[in-house]
Amino acid sequence: MLRYTLHRIALGLVSILILTMIVFAAAQVLPGNPGRLVLGREASPEAVEKFNEQLGYDRPLPVRYADWLWGAVRGDFGANYNDGRPVTDDLVPALERSAFLAFYAFMLCVPISIVAGAIAAIRRGRAADRTITIAGLSLAVIPEFVVGAILVAVLGPALLGWFPGIAGPLIGASFFTKLDSLFMPALALALILFGYIARITRAGMIEALAADYTRTATLKGLPRRTVMTRHVVRNGVLPTIAVVATQVGYMFGGIVAIEKLFGYPGVGLLTLTSAQIKNFPMLLACVLVIGIVYFIATLLGDLLTAALNPRIRLSTAQ
Amino acid sequence: MSGVRDDVPQLPVLVDAPPAGQPSLTHLDSPGRVRRETLRQIVRSKTFLLGAVVTLFWLVCAIFGYWIAPYHPIDESFAPSYESPSWSHPMGLDRVGRDVLSRVIVGARSVIVVAPAAMALGVTLGSILGLVMGYFGRWVDNVIGRILDAVLAIPLIVLAILILTALSAGQEGINVSSWQLIVVIGIAFTPPVARTVRSAVLAERDLDYVQAAKLRGERAPYVMFAEILPNVTGPIIVEATVRLGYAVFTVATLAFLSYGPQPPSPDWGLQIAEQYADISLAWWATIFPALAIASLVVAINLITDTVQQVLDE
Amino acid sequence: MTAVDERAPALELRDLEIAYRVRGRDREVVRGISFTVGKQQSYGLVGESGCGKSTVALAAVRYLPRNGRVTAGSLQVAGRDVLALGGEQLRGYHRDVVSMVYQNPGSALNPTIRVGKQVTEVFALRGVRGADARERALAILREVRIADPEQVLRRYPHQLSGGMQQRVVIAMALATDPSLLILDEPTTGLDATVEAEVIDLIAELQDRHHTAVLFISHNLALIRKTCQNVGVLYAGELVEEGPTEEILQNPRHPYTVGLLRCLPRGGVRKDSRRLDTIRGFLPAIGEHLPGCVFVHRCGLAQPVCATEKPVDTPVGASHRSRCHFHERAQQLPHDTEGAAVAPVAVDRATTPLLRVDDLTKTFRQEGHEIKALAGVSAVLWAGETLGLVGESGSGKTTFARTLLGIVEPTSGTVEVDGRPLPPTLGSRSSDDVAALQIVFQNPDSALNRRHTVRRMLKRTLAKLARVSGGAAEARAGELVEAVRLPERALSARPTGLSGGQKQRVAIARAFAGEPRLVVCDEPTSALDVSVQAAILNLLVDLQGSHRTSYVFISHDLGVVRYLSDRIAVLYLGRLMELGPAATVFEPPHHPYTEALLSAVPTIDGEQRTRIELEGEIPSAADPPSGCVFHTRCPRKLGEICESEEPPLAEVEPEHLLRCHIPLEELRVMQGAPHEQPVAP
Repeated sequence: MLRYTLHRIALGLVSILILTMIVFAAAQVLPGNPGRLVLGREASPEAVEKFNEQLGYDRPLPVRYADWLWGAVRGDFGANYNDGRPVTDDLVPALERSAFLAFYAFMLCVPISIVAGAIAAIRRGRAADRTITIAGLSLAVIPEFVVGAILVAVLGPALLGWFPGIAGPLIGASFFTKLDSLFMPALALALILFGYIARITRAGMIEALAADYTRTATLKGLPRRTVMTRHVVRNGVLPTIAVVATQVGYMFGGIVAIEKLFGYPGVGLLTLTSAQIKNFPMLLACVLVIGIVYFIATLLGDLLTAALNPRIRLSTAQ
Repeated sequence: MSGVRDDVPQLPVLVDAPPAGQPSLTHLDSPGRVRRETLRQIVRSKTFLLGAVVTLFWLVCAIFGYWIAPYHPIDESFAPSYESPSWSHPMGLDRVGRDVLSRVIVGARSVIVVAPAAMALGVTLGSILGLVMGYFGRWVDNVIGRILDAVLAIPLIVLAILILTALSAGQEGINVSSWQLIVVIGIAFTPPVARTVRSAVLAERDLDYVQAAKLRGERAPYVMFAEILPNVTGPIIVEATVRLGYAVFTVATLAFLSYGPQPPSPDWGLQIAEQYADISLAWWATIFPALAIASLVVAINLITDTVQQVLDE
Repeated sequence: MTAVDERAPALELRDLEIAYRVRGRDREVVRGISFTVGKQQSYGLVGESGCGKSTVALAAVRYLPRNGRVTAGSLQVAGRDVLALGGEQLRGYHRDVVSMVYQNPGSALNPTIRVGKQVTEVFALRGVRGADARERALAILREVRIADPEQVLRRYPHQLSGGMQQRVVIAMALATDPSLLILDEPTTGLDATVEAEVIDLIAELQDRHHTAVLFISHNLALIRKTCQNVGVLYAGELVEEGPTEEILQNPRHPYTVGLLRCLPRGGVRKDSRRLDTIRGFLPAIGEHLPGCVFVHRCGLAQPVCATEKPVDTPVGASHRSRCHFHERAQQLPHDTEGAAVAPVAVDRATTPLLRVDDLTKTFRQEGHEIKALAGVSAVLWAGETLGLVGESGSGKTTFARTLLGIVEPTSGTVEVDGRPLPPTLGSRSSDDVAALQIVFQNPDSALNRRHTVRRMLKRTLAKLARVSGGAAEARAGELVEAVRLPERALSARPTGLSGGQKQRVAIARAFAGEPRLVVCDEPTSALDVSVQAAILNLLVDLQGSHRTSYVFISHDLGVVRYLSDRIAVLYLGRLMELGPAATVFEPPHHPYTEALLSAVPTIDGEQRTRIELEGEIPSAADPPSGCVFHTRCPRKLGEICESEEPPLAEVEPEHLLRCHIPLEELRVMQGAPHEQPVAP
């Protein structure tokens, strides 16, 4: 298990390193003169030069990459183009907000989707299965912002008025105000994930139900409930863990549109605004942070799967 | 290993004519018959029909939208703005007094042009990459796999934003052409397609026919494209239909984030972005384009689901 | 629950019909079968793939797949109407009355739960828990002869070998003293020596637990060893049943007669006679069969057979046959597909076709070195067959793949016609590539599903024989004819061909480039017995007409003996014995060869005394010191076997043996006649 863990972490680090290269390379399609770009046409040449020098844009590419990487490792992602403040000043609170929203969405969706997927598998081919499958499938492909817009139109101030249509920064808001204000964005994210997780759970459960060991257990004369809990569910839900983990990462894709829709200043909205004003240090930092979150989530998912699967847990331990 | 599971009702059938004087055998499982029955199963499925009808409807709108729409989509001459749905404007008017119904009908075009092209590009690149990774394995697989993993770590939308922003770096604001959208989404789709194809190829690579091809001196490109590729078309077709749905998803989302057609285009995602702020005043200006997107992706997905189910059986 | 008749038979089927629903249509798989298994009796159900035997078993435990259902008839187990059981009753039935063991023991055990918990679970159902349940589990594992049950209880299933897993499954099945134990191909996929042990174990336990057994197998010899009575299934009908020995000696249905004739038995060899075959194919599942189910393939068929179903007729004491002409069954005409063979003249004076010298292959896996081949040498002349025999992990397949250049040898050389061959396929000339070809085990995997037969053959001809266009078309036609397929087969894809036909296409492809040597890697083991004989005949014919040499790998010793001129016995990558087929198969021979031969049950009269092998095949990553076989050798001399590896010595002309025991002593031990065996 230890060897597997180390191996897995090493692979993750390699991927993160490649990720930084890709992200940094993308940013290098930049025009030769960020100072001019940022300061505008009216700025004096001296000011532009001073800006470039301050930010180190007059040095060769590998040096800049190494410098940036070294800074990033220490948590220093550089300074903003527009006001020169450290990127992390805005990044950290945004990350906290997004984490809260993502966690909320997961709490709303994971338990329900796993149960729904399991029910669909057990009632395979019946009405319950068809309903869950078709609903899940449809929800999984509708863009988050569309779901969000429809939710707001129906539950928001326009018609029913149950929840606010805008979240805002929620600075100093109480926990329950947050839950209330973020209910609709979290629900929009959760609905997308519901179909995905339910489908994987269903597939895993169907495989476990059809497995020879389930037949063995049934033919032993075990009560149906014991067969399900002891033999089917554990093997059937195992593949779901890794999928849920990868979804943590993908959720940050959906979060961009949702945060824009609800005006909630998290990492998603920060990514979008820094892209639109071409604040590259901020954009790079956002993308990198999102990538790292993805790696940590998949790493935890894989380790949890391995811990529950004796085949992986024991194979490399010997 | 004989006695592979007994009784699984998939007995192969024979090309031989029965020996003279014997009754002819009915070919219950002949390949032609299986194909016909499979197609019939797909076509008869209600979910497939629903999906096909809705998809076709939007396709017609995309092509003939300007002729079908009752008004011109960017005609702002109707007043007052934000009029609620009525007989003359069944979906109401938007903020600047344009007919929402006409905008929804014509708005189908941008999505329906970009999404299939992006899907085709992604599936082509992904299939080639997946074949190469799966066939060569070892370090080739490892190196490409690491790079794909790195790319996969960035959510699709964020990756697209990053590249599209970089592409318009030298210009004022963000300008995104349809070509750029197709290329960027196509590239972003490559890693997941490559992964799917790779695992299908891995299952084929160890089959003896690949070995047999090598044993008559075939080179790698022939083995990959003439021997293995025809056997992994099933997963590729499924992946293509899945990707088509996600392409619509992505194009619409990017348009909403203003990485797409610019105003006054009647693009659905853009409409929502423009009208959403006033949703409490005029829900119709937001909800109809939203429903249009939802109906199209769900319809494509219903087709995907049926194809997948029937191919899996 | 209603009162249960204590005297009721263990299993009683009456006119049972079962159908599967496929693509919206019901397909009949079991077409009205009736038989009875008495209390504590053993009954074998034999049949080829697709005949419905597993379906019967699944119906008996009420575990048919979702699309299968019983459409008519009754099924009683120990006095219970199984088809009527529901809910708690069904659970009680599973718990107390019936047990089942199936193939693939690896998948029958839950991969995420320790063996101990899975075994004690059975006792917990009866209220035995904690230390008591553990004691019972240990006892039952000891009963299935697991040496260190404490260890095994702590293991996960994947940490046990296949044989060990199957013992655990059997232990769980017998733990409850069921009235009926169903064994569905319980040894398929296990090595011969392991299979023999499992079969012995089952027989012994059946006696001790007073359990009735329904034994399902495609292998008549196994059924002969385990069952008093046997039923022969064909296309979902029971065509004949009766006492096992009676059926074997005096079969009364043309199908049974044909099936028994197909098997290479009694030391028959390719130069003495051709094998009988059963022409035609099994009818498709669900096909409408108004008359006798065997009519399409029967040499005795009359018009009445096609129109009228034969009735179940008693033909002896508890012996029944479903044939209109059962009294003539044994006069079934011999069907050998073509003329008798002309033996290939082998000229030993010429340069040998193949010379393999000290071939070794070491794989590296997670820091371990695995010696798959440890110095194997062999010589083969044109037109000869070298049979390779050994259990899994013996290096048979690695040897074959090294010859072909698919696997690069670590050291050693391969010469063809006196010319050394480059070690890898990529570095060989196209003539070298054409000279060595292979027929794979599984024709489904060997043929590209998306290509027509014409495309496969023409492409191979273009690459290996450099013919194309009209000439290639003509050659493809000849090849198809040579393997006795109709010309129309050229346009078919593999999905339109039966298993035997696919294997014929694979053989045609192997012969397209006029190879000097063809490796046959278990070419018939994925096929049914009736198809196997025709393929073996074909291989013999092609060898006769092309003077091709074969390296023939098979776990079926009867088949190897039929086809081979010389036989190599491999164990853990080492050559243990090499010699003429007759010499190797008759004593005196290597103790390992002796054990292998004794493990295989036969359908002929005498039964060898079983030589039991201790323990499992050691890991190739950590082979035993000295003679690698000493850990399991029943004839081990003593310390010398553990410390010193015996050389491969020529103990008599052409007969090489790797053993410390002198040949004369082996002769005495193995009860061989004292005179020199006659060389063929």
